[in-house]
Amino acid sequence: MAKLKDFFCKFYVAIIMLFLYAPIMVLIVSSFNSSKSRVLWGGFTLEWYQQMLNSSIVIGALRNTVVLAVGSAFFATIIGLLASIGIDAMRKKEFSIVMSITNIPMLNADIVTGIAMMLLIFRFMPLGFSSIMLAHITFNIPYVILNILPRFNQMDISTYEAARDLGAGPVTSFFKVVLPDIIPGIVAGFFMAMTMSMDDFVITYFTKGAGVNTLSTMIYGQIKKGIQPTMYALSTMIFAVTILLLITINLITLPKKSGKNKPR
Amino acid sequence: MKRKYIALPYLIWMTAFIVLPLVFVAYYAFTTKAGGFTLSNVFAIFDSLHIKATILSLGLSLSCTVLCLLVAFPLALVLRRIHLNHKGLIIIILILPMWMNSILRILALQMILSKNGILNMILEWLHLAPAEIINTPAAIILGMVYDYLPYMILPIYNSVMDIDQDLIDASSDLGARFGYRLRHVILPLSKPGIISGITMVFIPCLTSFVIPDILGGGKIQLLGNVIEQEFITSMNWNLGAGLSFALLIFVIIGLIFTQKHETKYKESRVWQN
Repeated sequence: MAKLKDFFCKFYVAIIMLFLYAPIMVLIVSSFNSSKSRVLWGGFTLEWYQQMLNSSIVIGALRNTVVLAVGSAFFATIIGLLASIGIDAMRKKEFSIVMSITNIPMLNADIVTGIAMMLLIFRFMPLGFSSIMLAHITFNIPYVILNILPRFNQMDISTYEAARDLGAGPVTSFFKVVLPDIIPGIVAGFFMAMTMSMDDFVITYFTKGAGVNTLSTMIYGQIKKGIQPTMYALSTMIFAVTILLLITINLITLPKKSGKNKPR
Repeated sequence: MKRKYIALPYLIWMTAFIVLPLVFVAYYAFTTKAGGFTLSNVFAIFDSLHIKATILSLGLSLSCTVLCLLVAFPLALVLRRIHLNHKGLIIIILILPMWMNSILRILALQMILSKNGILNMILEWLHLAPAEIINTPAAIILGMVYDYLPYMILPIYNSVMDIDQDLIDASSDLGARFGYRLRHVILPLSKPGIISGITMVFIPCLTSFVIPDILGGGKIQLLGNVIEQEFITSMNWNLGAGLSFALLIFVIIGLIFTQKHETKYKESRVWQN
């Protein structure tokens, strides 16, 4: 009986995984499909990968996407880390006000955030690449904070105090004592910020200037004419690189065997 | 120097790029193109065309949220039961799809659901009647569930995994059967996760315009589509801002709703682990 139950449980998990990953499998297969028809299989090809590497427009969009993801995650992590250090020291009242502001971009509809940023930035500078960067940093900071803040809470403040009592300055104590404790939160926050930036379409769509494209906006522009198979190739490549990266990170951090502290 | 002032750069940043932009939305919402004060942009949400889109959006988002909840909660319990409690791995599996471009994933879903699509090929092979869901509200709901399900699973999974097994064992030792345990022990303890899951799914659903565009065949107008068109096609920023402002009110209701259930640090936010 228990075995039957276990079987159903695993079956349920498998069905959900199939649901989540079936479209991804379709895209990966499409990237190797020589037929441009989206459903029929015309044989294996690497043509789309070759075309992708030769197209300066596609490579430009890829570069924009990657620079945005890494750059916005980097700045968001720095601002978010400083914010977390400060927020952790706040009292209940200040804390809840600041956290309400932090929650706004996460709870607010993307379309409203995007439009609001556009209306503001448009006043002060032309929309272009830097306006997208500002927007991405902004919506990424909350994800960083929400990954780092719980680490501060879990950590034992007396180790920091001990370091200070033993004569270390606040900066040294921070780097030597506090940072090692919160680094998993920082890594997770950085990774999450990169994911969010990579996956965003709506906010980029509203804050981008003419002629600037990321992968998302480029794909959106192609919907009416029909998606170029190079897009499948490019996405498959990004997906594969991500998986490889994650495996590497996990292999590096695995020996500690502290399942909880692993960056995800 | 007090430690809390280290958060100052952040506060300045958020004031400049989160609070100020919302003030701009409000400004555009309550003015005409010429610059005079008006309420008509915000109240335009009650126009017959817009109210139709709003009601449809609310209906679809509600269905999507309920479906996500019905799928995610049992999944969290199942994951706990089969001791697949390698938290990091589960979270990676749920987040990984986001690294495949979201618009492409919705397009892939379209390939699967379309008339001559993969689903119907399989159904034909099984000698079953073909499914005709593409370009219907059902397809949009399916697309929304697909896109936002991880946002429901993650917080619920987090709070279900945090439940102390001793509490469940104790209740069962004291004679509580599964249904009773679920209602009086597990459900109340996973409430924070459920609440943040609901807000993380409902609001994006309410305003998505790409999913209805692709899976609704462009025939079904949701609130997000209306706002997008006002900005991009009609270039009527004031009306667009007015409708966005009306939308903001929904968001604020959501914000109050979640604030009520939040205590210091134990935010049941999605990404907390």
